[in-house]
Amino acid sequence: MSFSTELLIKVGIVLAIAPAMALACTLLDVKGSAWMQRRPGPLHVGLRGFIFPLAAATKYLQKETIIPDEVDEPVFKWAPAWVIAAVMGLFTIIPLSPTLIVRDLELGVFFLLAISSISTIGVLTAGWSSANKFSLMGGLRAAGQLIAYELPLILSVVGVVIQAETMSTVGIVEKQIEFGFPFIIAGQGLAFAIFMIAATAEMMRTPFDMPIGESELVMGFMTEYSGIRFLIFYISEYINLFVMCAIAATIFLGGYHFPFLPTEWVNFYGPLVMLGKTFGLVFLLVVVRWSFPRFREDQLQTLAWKVLIPLSLLNIMATSIMKVVF
Amino acid sequence: MATTMDPNNLPFLSEASVSVEIETEDMTLNIGPQHPSTHGVLRLVAKVNGEKIYNVEPVLGYMHRGYEKLAEVRTYPQVTTLVNRIDWVSGFANEIPFIAGAEKLMEIEVPERAQYIRLILTEMARISSHFVFNGAFPLEIGALTPLFLAMEDRERVLDLLESVTGGRFHPNFNRIGGVKPAAGAGPTTKKDIQDLPAGFYHDTKIAMEKVLEAVERFENLIGGNEVFKARTKNVGILTKEVAEEFGVSGPILRASGVPFDLRKYSDYLPYDNFDFDIPIGQNGDCYDRWYVRTAEMRESAKIILQAIDSMPSGPIQSKVPKVIKVPKGQTYVRAENPKGEMGYYIISEGGLGPYRLKIRTASFSNISILPVMLEGALLPDLIAIMGSLDFVLGDVDR
Repeated sequence: MSFSTELLIKVGIVLAIAPAMALACTLLDVKGSAWMQRRPGPLHVGLRGFIFPLAAATKYLQKETIIPDEVDEPVFKWAPAWVIAAVMGLFTIIPLSPTLIVRDLELGVFFLLAISSISTIGVLTAGWSSANKFSLMGGLRAAGQLIAYELPLILSVVGVVIQAETMSTVGIVEKQIEFGFPFIIAGQGLAFAIFMIAATAEMMRTPFDMPIGESELVMGFMTEYSGIRFLIFYISEYINLFVMCAIAATIFLGGYHFPFLPTEWVNFYGPLVMLGKTFGLVFLLVVVRWSFPRFREDQLQTLAWKVLIPLSLLNIMATSIMKVVF
Repeated sequence: MATTMDPNNLPFLSEASVSVEIETEDMTLNIGPQHPSTHGVLRLVAKVNGEKIYNVEPVLGYMHRGYEKLAEVRTYPQVTTLVNRIDWVSGFANEIPFIAGAEKLMEIEVPERAQYIRLILTEMARISSHFVFNGAFPLEIGALTPLFLAMEDRERVLDLLESVTGGRFHPNFNRIGGVKPAAGAGPTTKKDIQDLPAGFYHDTKIAMEKVLEAVERFENLIGGNEVFKARTKNVGILTKEVAEEFGVSGPILRASGVPFDLRKYSDYLPYDNFDFDIPIGQNGDCYDRWYVRTAEMRESAKIILQAIDSMPSGPIQSKVPKVIKVPKGQTYVRAENPKGEMGYYIISEGGLGPYRLKIRTASFSNISILPVMLEGALLPDLIAIMGSLDFVLGDVDR
């Protein structure tokens, strides 16, 4: 098979899987919230609520695209593309099994951090080009937030990289199999907590949803978007949720590996184990989202710069010392 | 400040000082009249620099319905329909001071049982209003879940109100000299007027138990939430002195540490028969305003349970003429409504309706402190402070 055919097939598979996973995450979010809020609608209406995400997506597709006069049209139109491209790109390095991966990159973790910051451009341009003061404030808040939380995200993974001696995601999982423990137990529990907090902030989910902050900024950088462009923002938010949880499951929870199952069958049960772990983490974030109010912008920055970054530096130091000693 | 220096010619690096002054323009941010968290159609013209607010000017009147003028061309029984709609979150409580004012001018003694029914329903209106606050305030600072829980819990109280008055929001239940026979009471005859629906005491007791449970749940879910505390503690501090100067009333005044509650200081309803506390706050911040309202729900439930137990029997309507004419005179009756002090100044020239009706509403006076409180606040704090004032635009504009 030539490189281009292989690439086409892989891109096709990712394009099919990503929205499906976004729909699954939406469903989990909606059902989780309905369960926590005692709302009967999403639990009973329409095949016990299971067709809700499809109905919502169809609704957005039908909506008229409204582009206000004052907006910077090309920038405005392309902004959602940046965001969804960034989150789709992250699928490259998620291993569902040792062989079921788009590309096992040598610099896998580095690739994750590089690609995930592209979405900042999309969010910032969306806020700037909308010609709306609320959008502008939302875009600026988003930029500040994404920059601030990129650092703890990187630094928390560094500890794992030091311990695993590799940046490849498959390599990291193999190392955990070798240890017999996932990294969350084998010394990187703090890093896992930091990673999850920073990832929540990256995804702009409550309690870190100030860029959207509907009670303050109406809809933040998305205020002027409608129809399919709004849908793209919405879907990429959920794809991002899936991807970030999948990466956390890979790096900290042992990925496709499940203890006591024969390793030679990993290609069969691997994807199921991986999806199980990922949706477990998604559910955790759903519960967090529906239990907390949102922080204030300055509290968010304080948390990043004064708590998470020093803690993750401390984690790197401790990991390095342990690495040298043992 | 702006002295230029050559960085290469400095004797010591420590003497270098950054003297860059960035010239920024203030941005005028128009919040409302259509905005998710202005409780309707309040408009705030805010001068902001980044997230910081320099100056806020509230613009009112988008919902002015001219109730004071409308009341002049209506008869006294018709006016209660209007005043229901002033603060629609606690419709029943709005009727009380107006009816009490008219009764005072006509010198009518209201039967004790009618007084008790009024008192129970007023406290229910207070509970339902504070339930809405417990849902709306967390929503404004970003938590959606309490809203749904509060709405579900409020429904129990509204069901009771509906079973007695026939209306959930706009009961129009008070008559001059008493209350209407209950809606759910079945057929009434002249000899045997049933005033409360069957099973009302029992249902009320169950509902109040549920309210007490709900209050405890909110104290854990909202008050015990670290993010909620971070967002509300020491935010929007309103000192005792400023609150008194601006004529602030109700839970906001009590949160600033002034134990002033008209239920204790006025006799428009027989509150002195009951044992209840007035919760007051320490710092006057947003957290205290939440705390005072939530604690008040518990006190209201206590009052209702006591009233149910000591309910007197007797008529619910005293003898009044068929055509109600209020003798010449003027009076001012004020009451402690869920939002604060509400008063009606009635001037009667002896006609069928009031000659002039001045309505003093709590929300209007309460939001007059917005420009003072919001100066120097951050934009997210603006929303938190506005939410903690718990105003209703119908109550502001009338």
